[in-house]
Amino acid sequence: MSQRPISPHLGVYKFMYTMSLSILHRLTGCVATVGFLVFVWWLMALASGPDSYAGAMQLLSSPFAKLLLVGFTFSFVYHFCNGIRHLVWDTGRGLERAQARRSGAFVIVAAVVLTALAIWFGCQAMGFSVVTP
Amino acid sequence: MSLRSPLSKVIGRGSAGEGVGHWWMQRVTAIALIPLTLWFVFSLLDSSLQSYEAMRGWIGQPWVAVLSLLLVLTLAWHSKLGVQVVIEDYVPSKGTKTTALLVSTFIHVIAAVAGVFAILRLALS
Repeated sequence: MSQRPISPHLGVYKFMYTMSLSILHRLTGCVATVGFLVFVWWLMALASGPDSYAGAMQLLSSPFAKLLLVGFTFSFVYHFCNGIRHLVWDTGRGLERAQARRSGAFVIVAAVVLTALAIWFGCQAMGFSVVTP
Repeated sequence: MSLRSPLSKVIGRGSAGEGVGHWWMQRVTAIALIPLTLWFVFSLLDSSLQSYEAMRGWIGQPWVAVLSLLLVLTLAWHSKLGVQVVIEDYVPSKGTKTTALLVSTFIHVIAAVAGVFAILRLALS
């Protein structure tokens, strides 16, 4: 049994950045799962009353929690954009190497820009100032 | 000589007996999550939702509650399917894999029920 061939040997392939986009889709999906659990915890705090909601919001406004929220935001946005790329692939379109590389680059740019926008507008809505002009 | 029955060939499933269902539901939930998450994120960008009363009042509205319920359930389902694939692919030992799958399933069911309960309480009380 121990002599059975194992596959795939990832090391034999020349590295392409589309490979890291592929594993990043799974990674950001897992991070988004943790974000989903935090979202449910926040909903439960909201449903439990004003005191627990205030406690939850205070916890979420700590510097470490803010860093986590930025991570959740990027993970969600990237997974959202690359997920649409996957859905397009499922229709049989965009699978040529050049197309897949182009859409991969587009997804990275879109994810970074949309994450920045989401954080910017999110802070505005919450009443935080990101940078003092 | 094939050992597969003619019926098995027609149904076209492998030894696991299923597979397309997982793949298909992952896509169905993904498509549903595009409008649901966009709606929720854009709604939260409203600065009038800063206070507890405002947030509670917003989620408690009938259509907001219905869409939030759909969001929580679809997120839980999509997340459960995704984490399942990751565990199946990367956890080599059968015992650890089964345990991890059980834990993931339980956590997702708890999260889904908690999310549904919270929204219903906000909407109905």
